[in-house]
Order: sequence, then structure tokens, then C-alpha cells
Amino acid sequence: MPYDERIVAPMRDELTRLGVKELTTIAEVDGVLGDPHGTQLVFVNSVCGCAAGSARPGLALALQNGVRPQEVYTVFAGQDTEATARARSYFAEYQPSSPSIALFRDGEVVHFVHRYQIEGRSPQAIAAELSAAFERHCGA
Amino acid sequence: MTGHVFHPGHEELHGVTVVVEGNAGLTYVGRYHEQTPRGVLLHDVAVHDAGSSDHSVPSWLRRLAKFGIQIDRKSAVVPLEELIRVVRLTDLLETLP
Repeated sequence: MPYDERIVAPMRDELTRLGVKELTTIAEVDGVLGDPHGTQLVFVNSVCGCAAGSARPGLALALQNGVRPQEVYTVFAGQDTEATARARSYFAEYQPSSPSIALFRDGEVVHFVHRYQIEGRSPQAIAAELSAAFERHCGA
Repeated sequence: MTGHVFHPGHEELHGVTVVVEGNAGLTYVGRYHEQTPRGVLLHDVAVHDAGSSDHSVPSWLRRLAKFGIQIDRKSAVVPLEELIRVVRLTDLLETLP
């Protein structure tokens, strides 16, 4: 059952104020992931503590990197369930977990961060991993 | 690791994905909830049975590390008498050959 939107709204805002585009419908997901081009990142947001304490601030730090994906999106697990399921269908070989992060290059998943890789890690550690992936896959 | 308690008010491992090695040929990967006199309670659990699996435990863990945890059981209690050790998945992965 989804949480009260008043509780969730700040968790959405934490990403959208960074310029991360939120995808809340199947059509929106298909509109961007169904047309693979360049580098795209999908952040599967969550109400859980490791999203708040590690994943979202880690992504925020990583996006300060000069090299970053051309497009950055988010879906919210447990809230926007249809959009999340649709997004996951584009990286279906990876088991669902949230939070999690998928980095695509021309439609192919080139880096994936599972929830187990986020739990208990600092935002700086998450950012370092993401920044390394950006350098490797999103450079010229 | 940061060393901080992930979920204040709970055991240090609460909410963390761990590997539980049992002495009955079973290895569990799941989110640690708590230890009680009955055993260790895990949620969203993948289970490796050495007696029936085609893959070794290290091979199973490596695949799981890359593609995520394919949940076999919503929850599981590993009895204390079967318990060999509980270790964070990320820590164990670092030790794999």
C-alpha cells in the first residue's frame, strides 16, 4: 500500500530539485527508455532508510561530477507502482530491489547498484562508485 | 562501511543483507531482521541447497552479486543450532576467490 503522499513528497523533491526527471506513468517510462540513446540513469527511489541516508545524497554528490549521464530519471517503488514495474522491465535480468540504480548506455545496462550495495554505506561511498561509473561510461 | 547502526534501536545488522551459513547444507541470503531464541529471522530470502544445486556456493553468490537476490522465501528463520555464522553479503563477496 502506498504511503501518504505528504510523507513521500519530500523524498521526491530531494531528487527533482537536482534536475532528476520523475517518471510516474508507463507512457512516461516508455517515452524515454523505449527510445534508448546516449547515457541514461534510472534511480529507483524508496521510502526506506538507506534511500534517505545513502542513496539519494550519494546520487546528489555524484551528479556534481563534471562527467554525468545525459539524462537522469527516477521512479518511486511502492508509490508509482506501474511506472516502477515498467522501468524494471528495461533491466529485467536484474532482480528488483529498492533503492537501486541502473545506468544505461544506448539502451544497454552498463552499471547497476543493488540495494545490498547501498545499505550502511556513506553517501560519499555511493557517490564514489557512481562517479567512477560515470567516468567509465559517460565520457566522450 | 560507515560503522553506524543502520536502523537505530535495532541490532547492528537489522535491515542489512547478510549471508547465513547453516550446517545442514543450506546457505541463506536475505535481509537480517533479528535474532531470537528460535533463530535468526531473515526477510526476502534466497536459499542455496548444496544437496540439490548445480552451482557451488561461491558461484551462486557471484551471480547473486551481479544480478541481485532472487527471492525464494518471503522470510525464513534459521535455527540457532544450525547456525555457523552470519556475515554481511558485501563483506563475504570481498573474500570470494
